[in-house]
Amino acid sequence: MKILVGYKRVVDFNVRIQVKPDGSGVVTDGVKLSANPFDDIALEEALRLREKGITTEVVVATIGPADCQAHLRNGLAMGANRAIHVVTSDAIQPLTAARTLLKLIEKEQPQIVILGKQAIDDDCNQTGQMLAALWNRPQATFASRVEVTGNAARVTREVDAGLETIEVDLPAVITTDLRLNEPRFIKLPDIMKAKSKPLETIEFASLGIASGDHLKATSYAPPPKRSRGVMVKDAAELVAALKTKGLL
Amino acid sequence: MTKILIIAEHLNGKLNSSTARCVTCAREIKPDAIDVLVLSDAPDAVAAEAAKINGVSKVLTVTNAANSHALAAVYAPQIAAVARNGYTHVLAPSTTFGKDVAPCVAALLGVAQVSDIMKASDAHTFQRPIYAGNAIVTVQAPADQVLVGTVRTASYPAAGNGTNAAPIEVTNVGVELPTHTRFVELAQAKSDRPDLQSARRVVSGGRGVGSKENFAIIFQLADKLGAAVGASRAAVDAGYVPSDLQVGQTGKIIAPELYMAIGISGAIQHLTGIKDAGTIVAINKDGEAPIFEIADIGLVGDLFKLIPELEQAL
Repeated sequence: MKILVGYKRVVDFNVRIQVKPDGSGVVTDGVKLSANPFDDIALEEALRLREKGITTEVVVATIGPADCQAHLRNGLAMGANRAIHVVTSDAIQPLTAARTLLKLIEKEQPQIVILGKQAIDDDCNQTGQMLAALWNRPQATFASRVEVTGNAARVTREVDAGLETIEVDLPAVITTDLRLNEPRFIKLPDIMKAKSKPLETIEFASLGIASGDHLKATSYAPPPKRSRGVMVKDAAELVAALKTKGLL
Repeated sequence: MTKILIIAEHLNGKLNSSTARCVTCAREIKPDAIDVLVLSDAPDAVAAEAAKINGVSKVLTVTNAANSHALAAVYAPQIAAVARNGYTHVLAPSTTFGKDVAPCVAALLGVAQVSDIMKASDAHTFQRPIYAGNAIVTVQAPADQVLVGTVRTASYPAAGNGTNAAPIEVTNVGVELPTHTRFVELAQAKSDRPDLQSARRVVSGGRGVGSKENFAIIFQLADKLGAAVGASRAAVDAGYVPSDLQVGQTGKIIAPELYMAIGISGAIQHLTGIKDAGTIVAINKDGEAPIFEIADIGLVGDLFKLIPELEQAL
């Protein structure tokens, strides 16, 4: 069995995002880029399934500009067997990403595709679901527990009402939530090993994916600011302040 | 003709208030019609609730045993089929329900999705948060395609339900439904407290609370205030409370009148979940904690001393 993992590069979660003064975008020049944290969880889950003997091969894939190779090498250092880089300098929206991943699925025939539930840059939370719909296969989103037995997976999902468990036939798409696992740290020898692992590049244009039917970002703005309020010195003052505001 | 289809969210025969919030968002678009679609094995009670929401033109029901649980793979083809009957917009709440199913509908219709709509400037121009709410982007969707969107429920109050009595119509969708996805169970904590997502008051605890046992102090204060209980990611990760209490970028985004953050330092990912709250109160022993930068009322000190005092003073 083979697992395909979506592995997006995003602005590191620790970076304080600044909107450009002219509102044309956010500042991404020179900021630290890292793997989307949910995708690290996706890769970790795939590696654990391999360690349990459920799968034999883990393939990481990304869609992005030429300099994403170092990012994919990190995925290989973490333990993926090989990597696929779909090269494009365009910003790729979820529907296009899903169509691209579907092309990779047709080529690779994985039994499980694991993606992060959302990327922390655009926060869309769409690609996994779109992929499942286009592929006409099951989806188990927001997974906090995955058990694979035979030709099905039992997945516990973090939903608003609590924890939902569903069973899906394979092949299927799984998207990860925060508490599925804690990704491992990359060790130095693994970085060396990763250098010789196979990394295939595919030109996005060669996939023949229709594009241009998507959303146009017209402007960016910083969020409305909440300003610092008042400090009170004890519980009695707090209660008085809440009463003044009519909240008690 | 602008016709909006809203996908009703419901559980155990009750309509979720997220649906009425979607109606408010839909009204901002000023459409010719707002219809609500109820998929269920027994839709009548939910449909009757939806029909009362002000602004709803019509409620459509699809009854099918396969709809007894909200499985995206089962719901999506039915929603797409109904949407093809002349709807210009399909809206679902940006809850785990809507986030699960809406992108499937968009993909089936071959269109993009606008996630987390916080403002509609016109029928195809929307504002949405990105980077954990650190930037707001305005996006324009193609006017010649169906618009699929999820509504950031914290940005819209629930539409009222006064005198409206929209007609309820049974509709049939001739689509084959997959059997590759099966519901097993839903583990729900039993609670008499208000629902976190729609509560007027919320008391949240963070890592500073220190343990699962200590969290009793948060629950106690919440009960005294008639408030729902929330938590930071740190508190959930540490196992103090279950994951459905998590507030923030990847948890619940809420907008209560009063939000009390207790022992929460205020990571940006948490703040993004509460910035629409009416009044934010922060209690933390670290006066430099980032939560104080956005709190309306701050109190520095030991929560184990302050909370009992606060309860006394209430």
